Amino acid sequence: MSVILNVENWSYTKVNQYLREKILEGETEFELHGVNGHRYLFAGIKQKIKAKILGVPGLDLGCFMSGPEIYVYGNVQDACGNTMEEGKIVVYGMAGDVIGYSMRGGKIFIKGDVGYRVGIHMKAYQDKHPVIIIGGKTGDFLGEYMAGGTIIVLGLLSQHPEKPITGKFLGTGMHGGVIYIRGELDPFFLGKNLKISPINEEDLTYLKTILTEYCADMDENLESIINDRFSKITPVSHRPYGNLYAY
Amino acid sequence: MWEFIFKDNKDISGCGVSGIINVKGSLIPGDLIIKSITCQEERGNGLGAGFAGYGIYPDFKEFYALHVMAEDKNSLERFERFLFQQVKAIYHEPIPTRKVKTIKNPPIFKRYFVKLELEEQLPTEEEENKLIEMVMYINANLNGVYILSSGKNMGVFKGVGFPEEIAEFFKIDEYQAYIWTAHNRFPTNTPGWWGGAHPFSLLDWSIVHNGEISSYGTNKRYLELFGYKCTLLTDTEVVTYLLDLLIRRHKQPIKLACTALAPPFWMEIERLEEEEKNLLEALRIVYGGALLNGPFAIIFAYNGGIVGLTDRVKLRPLVVAKFEDFYYLASEEAAIRTICPNPELIWYPKAGEPVIIEMPMGTIPNQKSYA
Amino acid sequence: MKPINFSSFYPDFYVERLENKCIKCKICIKECTYEVHTWDEKKKILKEDHSKCVGCHRCEAMCPTNAIIIKRHPSQFREHHLWNPYFIKNIYKQADKGGVLLSSTGCDLPLKIYFDHLVIDACQVTNPPIDPLREPMELRTYIGSKPEKLEVEKTETGYKLKKALPPLIKLEMPIIFAGMSYGAISLHIHQGLARAAKELGILYNTGEGGLHSSLYEYKDHTIVQCASGRFGVNVDYLNAGVAIEIKIGQGAKPGIGGHLPGEKVNEEISKTRMIPLGTDALSPAPHHDIYSIEDLRGLIYALKEATEYKKPVFVKVAAVNNIAAIASGIVRAGADAVVIDGIRGGTGAAPTMFRQYVGIPIELAISAVDKRLREEGIRHKTTLIASGGIRCSADVVKAIALGADVVAIGTPLLIAVGCTLCQRCYTGKCPWGIATNNPELIKRLPPEVVYEKVYNLMNAWRSEIKEMLGAMGLNSIESLRSNRDKLRAIGLTKEEMEILEVKHAGE
Repeated sequence: MSVILNVENWSYTKVNQYLREKILEGETEFELHGVNGHRYLFAGIKQKIKAKILGVPGLDLGCFMSGPEIYVYGNVQDACGNTMEEGKIVVYGMAGDVIGYSMRGGKIFIKGDVGYRVGIHMKAYQDKHPVIIIGGKTGDFLGEYMAGGTIIVLGLLSQHPEKPITGKFLGTGMHGGVIYIRGELDPFFLGKNLKISPINEEDLTYLKTILTEYCADMDENLESIINDRFSKITPVSHRPYGNLYAY
Repeated sequence: MWEFIFKDNKDISGCGVSGIINVKGSLIPGDLIIKSITCQEERGNGLGAGFAGYGIYPDFKEFYALHVMAEDKNSLERFERFLFQQVKAIYHEPIPTRKVKTIKNPPIFKRYFVKLELEEQLPTEEEENKLIEMVMYINANLNGVYILSSGKNMGVFKGVGFPEEIAEFFKIDEYQAYIWTAHNRFPTNTPGWWGGAHPFSLLDWSIVHNGEISSYGTNKRYLELFGYKCTLLTDTEVVTYLLDLLIRRHKQPIKLACTALAPPFWMEIERLEEEEKNLLEALRIVYGGALLNGPFAIIFAYNGGIVGLTDRVKLRPLVVAKFEDFYYLASEEAAIRTICPNPELIWYPKAGEPVIIEMPMGTIPNQKSYA
Repeated sequence: MKPINFSSFYPDFYVERLENKCIKCKICIKECTYEVHTWDEKKKILKEDHSKCVGCHRCEAMCPTNAIIIKRHPSQFREHHLWNPYFIKNIYKQADKGGVLLSSTGCDLPLKIYFDHLVIDACQVTNPPIDPLREPMELRTYIGSKPEKLEVEKTETGYKLKKALPPLIKLEMPIIFAGMSYGAISLHIHQGLARAAKELGILYNTGEGGLHSSLYEYKDHTIVQCASGRFGVNVDYLNAGVAIEIKIGQGAKPGIGGHLPGEKVNEEISKTRMIPLGTDALSPAPHHDIYSIEDLRGLIYALKEATEYKKPVFVKVAAVNNIAAIASGIVRAGADAVVIDGIRGGTGAAPTMFRQYVGIPIELAISAVDKRLREEGIRHKTTLIASGGIRCSADVVKAIALGADVVAIGTPLLIAVGCTLCQRCYTGKCPWGIATNNPELIKRLPPEVVYEKVYNLMNAWRSEIKEMLGAMGLNSIESLRSNRDKLRAIGLTKEEMEILEVKHAGE
């Protein structure tokens, strides 16, 4: 049984406090109604619970969290998944800027477009491997400073059908991790010291696995996606600024 | 002419203090307080003395009594034009004085019994805030005049001279009060200025003080956060404002307010029971800017009570005595014995522990209780 | 053609070997990590390459017969006031390598040091000085947000608090250790500092490099830093200390991020920073979730929500032109303490142009911020922590009288453990075992030694601060805070005195 809450008139602090209490009591499933601009929902929560959010959560949804699975029936605002460590955020809508900033693990799936600076400074470490999958298109600076993990951009559903699939300066300062873009990518959009290559068998196996999960969550057809061409973007060096200095 | 008072030099002085209260509200002749303070003659140097009396204006007890000193007639007229726009003066007159040989060229003194003309009745505290605002404005901005006191049914008389000279000048012997405080001053760095003598007063607070507060700069800046302007650069002014802030505005009980000014050491606080420990820790954290560091003994009075307090390590003296309905506070025991030779009780208060003497409620008009 | 390196022609230092004292034990070879000393097997003599010497004095200190003297190289260029050797040599370096000049430690320009133009007051006659050996002298200080007034209620025996205060951190003296990351300095230093902080009842700061597992036991004395790179930041880390510091910037390099080169990211550092072995650890110039003051509020409250409002959140910024307005914004954004780092604040590595020329001195910043927060009526609700160029206990006293609640120190701690200010921390070769994580080099400075030296230094400063307070007639540090009356200026302009809110000596 889910704990069903209407939080329309609640402060975010009250919502989080209540969630923590209920989680400590052993509750594992939640449904939040009336969410509109509530910031920091599930901040720092470590338990592996499940939650549905109906509405538009405020900034920093799931920041620093390390466990919950959150399904958002609406759009999400900026900084969703900020410095998140584990868990999953599935958004049946669009997302704002700076999604998954400094994310170290877990997954963020967005059905529609995302804003600017998504997946900046994502990093992988040991068994942690963060993944962001974007069903729509992205703004500039996708994966800036990226140090690990995977970003996949599908460009299936977009508010901007006329625009290219990603923005400019893609992967600027990137020194780890992989970005996959469905279709071809004009190198003009790419940051410095990156290379574009076609995907290999290993990539395909990985894409199949992760996209199966994405398609199941989003009710998309895997076949029609996986058979498309993908471009793979990786850094030339782990040390992009190694020769910057004169001693 | 009076600009020097606003110079950036802080006043430094040593002193003697006295105070008397009759808790039944019986009136005490001025002679007694004169005798007590002049007994401590050696503690001053003739550069300042003063008195505060409570209950001295029974006929005007519902009005704020403004004691005003002016440098000259022009300044006084300018002040009056301003004042009469702000308040309704029921009555005003020169403060009666005598000629004293040693006092040359005293300022002009007048008193005004006023009420605020308000469109609607305000709660006492807000009305008092308005009055304070006006008094502070006048003292900071109107040249050549200075409001010495502004409380109801009370007044401050002070000036440059030895206590007996100032008493003679203001005819203190002709007044009767249920609370008296007095001060004998030993300033070391400011030339005598009549307004700089003590008691210092705001509303019905009046305060006399002996010592030097080393934390002055910290306290002054702390008070500025709450809108107080320390124009006189005296410790007494700072103490008065701190009491006003803590007791009247923040509604702290007098005991806690005094504890904020002279708190126990952390090592003492550590030993207390949890509840009291938390209280005192919080008090020191929140009111650190109000801690008065350095030697002091103060006596402050208000309509309804008198309080004595020394610093946290008792670097300045204070003696308290009781006889029937009278309580006496002074820097020296002799200053009490000279007017009350055989008190029932006589004691030296502990450092930082306030002696609070209040009249039972309903004793006097406009009575206040903060205990 | 062999490449010409102009910069190698003109060494900064000269290694003088006294042949009559040298016993050819070769310790100098072992001690020098810059390979200055070499052994000529054929001639059986020790040789030195002056151009490699950074002036760290390690060989000189370790030579068992005192046979080595490190001097400035006597070779001179023709005098030119504008083109002094510093600029000439920098140009050679950049022409040789084509890169950004790098420096370590704080700004070394002869900018006016305001601390040295301020003198401290003492009591004579009108109030008594206090002898701290005989009487209590309180240095206890609390960091965090404070309410404007206390709500109390009557009990049977007295009074009690209506509402507990927000979380505050108790310090037994008004000094904390500045953020220096594991990576920039050795793990041994962190371990020594943490232990010293515990013994002294104060705090150390993890810096932005995460928290090594051996340091979790010092929880009550730890500030965890959250910088733009978010290295090692997860919810356990955020809860691993008593406070969280959002690092926006630092005095040595305002406006730019940090950069720990991949070669320094060894096994342990990779674990602590939670990044793979050998990758560069880049901290972006801004936090990319903070592009404006309301975003700062966003991060402050994200951290508070994640840690259930149990930790004060500090915000550290570099002292820049508009610092007063910035600090006010930070307080209003909900920070519980503002940390301001002046232009002389140290660093393990900063572009030289930033270290030298960007930012303002801390003395002016403290006073300006204190004044602004007062004007806005919010000074008493927050805590102001100042750092960048504090060299001695008198500097601490002056900083507090100018308006700081607490000072943070870094460089003095490193000097206490042997640093000679050679300013080459960025090489990772620190022969003193300080700014390095080379497993061989860090053995030169075990945690116990760090602890002892730092404890001694702080103990000495604590005594001196008490003496100075006592002389001023104060027995509690809160009575010094913002107490400009206790300072006088010597040789400052009217404008400077106005900013510092101090009078000239004699006034």
